[in-house]
Amino acid sequence: MLSKAKLWLGLALSTLMFWSAGLHAAWELNMPRGVTQMSRDTYGLHMTIFWWVVAIGIVVFGAMLWSIIHHRKSKGAKPATFHESTKVEIVWTLIPFAILIMMAIPATRVLTDAYDTTGSELDIQITGYQWRWEYTYLRENMDEEEVSFFSILSTSREEISNAIEKSENYLLDVDKPLVIPTDTRVRFLMTSADVIHAWWVPDFAIKKDTIPGFINETWVVVEEPGIYRGQCAELCGIEHGFMPIVVHALPPEEYQAWYAEQQQAAAEIRELASAEMSMEDAMAQGEQIYNQNCVACHQANGQGMPPVFPAVAGSDKATGDRLITMDTLVNGVPGTAMAAYGRQLNPIQLAAVITYVRNAFGNDTGDLVQPTEVNAYIQEGQ
Amino acid sequence: MSAAHDHHHGPAKGISRWLFTTNHKDIGSMYLWFSFAMFLLGGTFALVIRAELFQPGLQFVEPNFFNQMTTMHGLIMVFGAVMPAFVGLANWMIPLMIGAPDMALPRMNNWSFWILPFAFAMMVSTLFMEGGGPNFGWTFYAPLSTTYGPPSTTFFIFAVHILGASSIMGAINVIATILNMRAPGMTLMKMPLFVWTWLITAYLLIAVMPVLAGVVTMMLFDIHFGTAFFDAAGGGDPVLFQHLFWFFGHPEVYIMILPAFGIISAIIPTFARKRLFGYDSMVYATASIAFLSFIVWAHHMFTVGMPLAGQLFFMYATMLIAVPTGVKVFNWVATMFRGSMTFETPMLFAIAFVVLFTIGGFTGVMLAITPVDFQYHDTYFVVAHFHYVLVPGAVFSIMAATYYWLPKWTGYMYDETLGKLHFWLSFIGVNILFFPQHFLGLAGMPRRIPDYALQFADFNWISSVGGFLFGFSQLILLFVIIKCVRGGKKATAQVWEGAQGLEWTVPSPAPYHTFETPPDPTLIKAQ
Repeated sequence: MLSKAKLWLGLALSTLMFWSAGLHAAWELNMPRGVTQMSRDTYGLHMTIFWWVVAIGIVVFGAMLWSIIHHRKSKGAKPATFHESTKVEIVWTLIPFAILIMMAIPATRVLTDAYDTTGSELDIQITGYQWRWEYTYLRENMDEEEVSFFSILSTSREEISNAIEKSENYLLDVDKPLVIPTDTRVRFLMTSADVIHAWWVPDFAIKKDTIPGFINETWVVVEEPGIYRGQCAELCGIEHGFMPIVVHALPPEEYQAWYAEQQQAAAEIRELASAEMSMEDAMAQGEQIYNQNCVACHQANGQGMPPVFPAVAGSDKATGDRLITMDTLVNGVPGTAMAAYGRQLNPIQLAAVITYVRNAFGNDTGDLVQPTEVNAYIQEGQ
Repeated sequence: MSAAHDHHHGPAKGISRWLFTTNHKDIGSMYLWFSFAMFLLGGTFALVIRAELFQPGLQFVEPNFFNQMTTMHGLIMVFGAVMPAFVGLANWMIPLMIGAPDMALPRMNNWSFWILPFAFAMMVSTLFMEGGGPNFGWTFYAPLSTTYGPPSTTFFIFAVHILGASSIMGAINVIATILNMRAPGMTLMKMPLFVWTWLITAYLLIAVMPVLAGVVTMMLFDIHFGTAFFDAAGGGDPVLFQHLFWFFGHPEVYIMILPAFGIISAIIPTFARKRLFGYDSMVYATASIAFLSFIVWAHHMFTVGMPLAGQLFFMYATMLIAVPTGVKVFNWVATMFRGSMTFETPMLFAIAFVVLFTIGGFTGVMLAITPVDFQYHDTYFVVAHFHYVLVPGAVFSIMAATYYWLPKWTGYMYDETLGKLHFWLSFIGVNILFFPQHFLGLAGMPRRIPDYALQFADFNWISSVGGFLFGFSQLILLFVIIKCVRGGKKATAQVWEGAQGLEWTVPSPAPYHTFETPPDPTLIKAQ
């Protein structure tokens, strides 16, 4: 039995030297200081309480070590007979109590500050979905074009399955990051469309659950332009490990330019949605969308993982009436993990992926669904 | 005459001895063996997790199976390994410590054990069901576990019901035994601390197990009967689930550590050859911790968006727990101070417990600071924290207890060399396994992910190496126990030079029936 354990350990040790050679060495030991006042306050509290426990540890473990070295039978130590002292008990009740009060005061101050969500200059709604984030910039004027988009992991499946080399920001890259201005008080309103997720960016010291039926609030003032990365922190299903957060903080002028660009792009998409799409375009775009949105449950071969995640290949919903396929995609299937994609994808993307699932994995309806048809279907539903 | 003769019968022969037994020692042994089997099974699941996390990328398992492993590992270790081990120790030792002939409710005792294997067979069988087993974490937050859970969730709920029933019956039995069956002269304040901590633990169990049963029943209704307790779309509240779960879950944490405090309070005085320092304050500290355990549950939920007043209340209450816990640690150190110590295996595990549990306590205080908890929450820092209190905490105390009382149970001394080897490999392994996880959490690695960004690669492989070292070292324990059961150097009744208490007044191995007549009251001394 022993030799077996040694064999395993030997195997493990020799292989890990080989494997880890090609990887980044990152021996980060501590919490980041971050780029907001809140993150620096948090870091400060963290270090204060850390040094307190180190000090207590030195005293307690020191006394233990002293006793272990000096008060051992092999050294001829004779046991003392004392076994109680009310005075001592009171002392070591009061000292920790006093330390805790000293910690509680700054902690209360920082927490109160974290909860003060007033005075925001920009409001962004964050909605968690299995397994992506939706960012919607709240408008003052409803006539303005709305900027709203989904942010999805962009690390390729080949990297995850070790087929190709992993990129620098493996699992921490998205197709479209959240963009916010620096030196601006931004309020986040957080909710979820399905299960509970948690939106976490360590450099901002923000972690907040996104909960269906609730809206949580938090705020941030980022002081340095840059790219900040985080991840979903609450177990939210199969792809929980694969829904990163990327935030670009831009100087206010650059942010304004970006925002105007987004509004323009949104207007263009509305226009494009009235144009015709070719079969090749629809299939190519559809495949891409399938691989981003559907593959986790329905699998790359369309076979799904029954009974929880049904197959797309040969399914009635994909090969029957196109209205049923459209309904499934647009409205989801309530009470299951199938989300409503009517908001998550634009009409062009919906048309493409509907066309794709009706013509891939051996499904051969030959149907080409146009964005206009999807758009009409959505409008009708409302 | 014949009646007197009947009282001295030995165990029944064959399998019926174990199926129908009402003997506290037999039931205690069954609990302990069952718990050890579950410890190895839950440990195997943990090794699947550590193998997958050995390097970035997906190597061995799919994310869905990975989630089933994290879920099952947690459920099995909490409900299958740690809790039954303490119940087994309670069964064996409480009657021996208070001079009682058996547990107060022996038939119920048999039942509360025998429903356990069925509950776990059902729970583990979900792994082979269509759609897989529970994959929503051992905390099974709704709506992930209700609307979005696999079909096998119903079996999981039924298994939890059975486990709860078993625990409640066990707790009733412990309370009835301690309050009614103490030998004359065994006043409450003369009881060994293991008995005290178990009495308080039993009350915690009775208070919170019905809440767990309630919350899984509400899940059952949400899944099958159209209610919407936890479904926002139907007017329900997903956060309500967490409040109910943690109202059970936090006292549950203390259920898994209070008996450990009792064990350590027995072992340290024995090997320091000096009376426990501050017995009274130990009892009061245990009671304070139990009381506080009911008013701190929402510190597991600092990120759900509670109102500021709620956050502050739960932060202050949680910080307070450090005070009575500190008192306990200081008392143990004061017991060792100016003692005459030797370092047999039980003492080694007990000392490691005090050091490593205290480290877990330190990170606990850090986690109590709400604004900083926002950074720690749901990261590997939390994983490191609760594994420090549960593995070198609760599990080390169980191992310490096993080595400490094994000679009393078997009548033979265990192999001290192998015991020490087991200790050192476990001690080194557990620290390589869990210490780097603090760094991973602080650097930003979330828990419950099957794959991770490249900057987490180094500490993860170190942690995995520690995991395999710790895991395989436990086979030494199995070997030591089997060897000790089969024979060895004969143990005396006293076993340990400095041991105090009634259990050391009966021969080793303890006869099948003990204290059929109450012990001599002069044997009962203040602890």
